[in-house]
Amino acid sequence: MAPLSHYLALSAILFVLGAAGFIVRRNIITVFMCIELMLNAVNVAFIAFARFNGNLDGQIFVFFVLVVAAAEAAVGLAIIIALHRNRESLNIEDVDSMKM
Amino acid sequence: MGTFSDTAILLLIAVIKITVVLVVLLTAIAYTTWLERKVVAHIQARWGPYLVGPHGLLQPLADGAKFILKEDIIPIEADKFIYWLAPFLGFVLAFLSFAVIPFGEGFTLYGHPVRFQIADLNVGLLYVFAVTSLGVYSIALAGWSSNSKYPLLGGLRSSAQMISYELSLGLALIGTLMMAGTLSLRGIVDAQSGFWHIHGVNTWVPHWYIFAQPIGFFVYFTSAIAETNRVPFDLPEGETELVAGFHTEYSSMKFAMFFMSEYANMITVSCLATLLFFGGWHGPGFAWLPGIVQIFLPVFWFCLKVFCFMFFYIWMRGTLPRFRYDQLMSLGWKFLLPLAMLNILVTSFLIAWHG
Amino acid sequence: MQILFYIFAAVAILAALNMVLQRTPVYSALSLIVVLCSLAAVYLLLGAEFIAVLQVIVYAGAIMVLFVFVIMLLNAGRETPSHRSRIAKWLGAPLIAGFLVEIVVVVRQQFPSSGGPSVAAPNGSPAGIGHLLFRSYALPFEVTSILILVAVLGAVVLAKKEF
Repeated sequence: MAPLSHYLALSAILFVLGAAGFIVRRNIITVFMCIELMLNAVNVAFIAFARFNGNLDGQIFVFFVLVVAAAEAAVGLAIIIALHRNRESLNIEDVDSMKM
Repeated sequence: MGTFSDTAILLLIAVIKITVVLVVLLTAIAYTTWLERKVVAHIQARWGPYLVGPHGLLQPLADGAKFILKEDIIPIEADKFIYWLAPFLGFVLAFLSFAVIPFGEGFTLYGHPVRFQIADLNVGLLYVFAVTSLGVYSIALAGWSSNSKYPLLGGLRSSAQMISYELSLGLALIGTLMMAGTLSLRGIVDAQSGFWHIHGVNTWVPHWYIFAQPIGFFVYFTSAIAETNRVPFDLPEGETELVAGFHTEYSSMKFAMFFMSEYANMITVSCLATLLFFGGWHGPGFAWLPGIVQIFLPVFWFCLKVFCFMFFYIWMRGTLPRFRYDQLMSLGWKFLLPLAMLNILVTSFLIAWHG
Repeated sequence: MQILFYIFAAVAILAALNMVLQRTPVYSALSLIVVLCSLAAVYLLLGAEFIAVLQVIVYAGAIMVLFVFVIMLLNAGRETPSHRSRIAKWLGAPLIAGFLVEIVVVVRQQFPSSGGPSVAAPNGSPAGIGHLLFRSYALPFEVTSILILVAVLGAVVLAKKEF
C-alpha cells in the first residue's frame, strides 16, 4: 500500500490538469469534461482518506459526488445543446454577450 | 501473499483457466454460427449449410478462412484510430465478463480447492453490468467513425436502445439478489441449492429462482434480447432498414469481430440467466458415475442450460418479426421498467413479511 | 501489490494529459474514459470495491456515453488555435506548474510520506456501504433522488425544440 501522500499527489496532479484544461480549452464540451476530471480527482482524495482513517464516510461521500456529477452532466449537456441550437457554435469565445 | 511459489502456482492455475475458457468460448461462438444457420434454415423449411463437412459442420472453418482472406476496406474519410478501436473494444469487452462466471462446483487438487471460475468477486454481478455498460461504446464509435449516414444512424439508435434496456436489465435482477442476499455469482447459485419447502413439506421442485421470480425472468430476458441487439429488437442492424446499421462500412476481420462479440454477448446473457434463475450447475447427480465424470457433471448441466437459452434465441430469430424503433423504446421505458420496479416492490414486501 | 497503484496512477495521469491536450473532442472523451477506468482500479486497490464498480457503471458507462452522444450529435470538430492574449499563454504554464508544486509540497509536509495505513480497512462491500447509506445517510440519499428527478426534468425542458 503506497503512503497517503502519494494518493493525494495523484489527486493533486489530476485536479491541476483539470483546472488547467478548464481555463485553456475553448470547446465547451472539453471544458465540461475537465470539470468532470476535477471531480474525479477529489473523489480519489476522499477514498484515500476513507482507507487511511478506517472510516467508510469517505466512500459514501464519493457516492453522492457521483450522483451529483451525473445530474450536473445531464443538465449541462442539455444547456450545451440549446446553446448550439441558438449560436451554431461550440466555442466559448462566441458566447460572450448576454443578448441572443 | 505467502511465498513466491504460492503466487506462481495461483498465477499458473489462473492462466490455465483463462486459456481453457477462451478456447471453449471461441469454439462455442464458431459453432453458434453454424447452429443459427441450421436452425433458422430448418424453421424456414430448407437445409442450411450442408456441403462443407458432414451436415456443414466444417462451415465455421470455411467462414473463418473467408474472413481472414477477404480484402479489408477502409473508407477514406473514416477516423482511422476509432475505426480500428471500435470492433477491437467490443471484442475485448465481450470476453471480459466471463472472468466471473462460475461453470461448476470445482475439485480439490493436492489439498488446494480449484473452482471452475476464474475470479470470484464479491461484486461479481455488478462487474458484469460494468462490462456491459462499456460495450455501448463500441457500437456508438463504430457508427460515428465510419463517417457515413446509415452507420451513424444505426450506431446512435443501437446505443440508445442498449442504454435504455440496461436499466430494466439491472432492476429485473434485484428481486433475485434480495432473495440470495449476495452479489457474488457463486453465492447466488449456492443459494439455489436444494428444494422448495412449503410449510416444512418438501415439494420436489428445485430451489431455483425462476419459480419465485417469473416476472423478473420475463423482464430480464426481454431486456437481454434488446441489449444484445437480436430479433425482435434488431432494428439498428436490420438489413432491410438501415443497410446493415453500424457495421455497414466494415469488412473482413473487423466485421467478424463485431459478429463474434455479438454472439459472445448472447452467451454471457444466457449464462447469467441460468446462474440467476435456473440454478446454475445444479442438476440431478448420479452416484454410480466414476469420480472424474462426477466432477464435470455440474459443468455439463450448466452448458446444457446455456445451450437451451441459445436455442431459444435462435428460435425467436427464425420466428418473430421486428419491432419498430419507437415501439421498441416505448416498450423498454413504459412497460418493462415499471414492471421491473413493481417486481422489486412486491418481492421486497413478501420478503419482509415472511422473513 | 504496491506497483499496481503506480501503474494505474501513471495511466490515469497520461490519459488526463492526453485529454487536456487533444484537439478533437472525441479523443478527449475517450481519454477521459481511460482516466475513469484506471481510477476505478485505484479505488479497488484502496478497498472500495462497490464504489469502483459504480464508477465504471455510472461514470464511464452512462455519463460519458451522454458526452459521446452529444459530441456526435453536435458534430464537434477540431478546435482552432486561439487568437487571444499572448500574456496568458506565457504566464499560464508556469503558474499552473507552480500551483501543482505548492499543493504537492503542502501535502507531503502534512501527511505521512512513508508507511501504509495504520488502521484496518473499512468494509467497502455493498453490505457495508448499504448499512451506512440507509441509516446515517438516509436523508441525503432521499434528497439526491429528488435532485436526479429535477435534473431529468431540467434536461428534457432545456433540450426540447419548441415549447
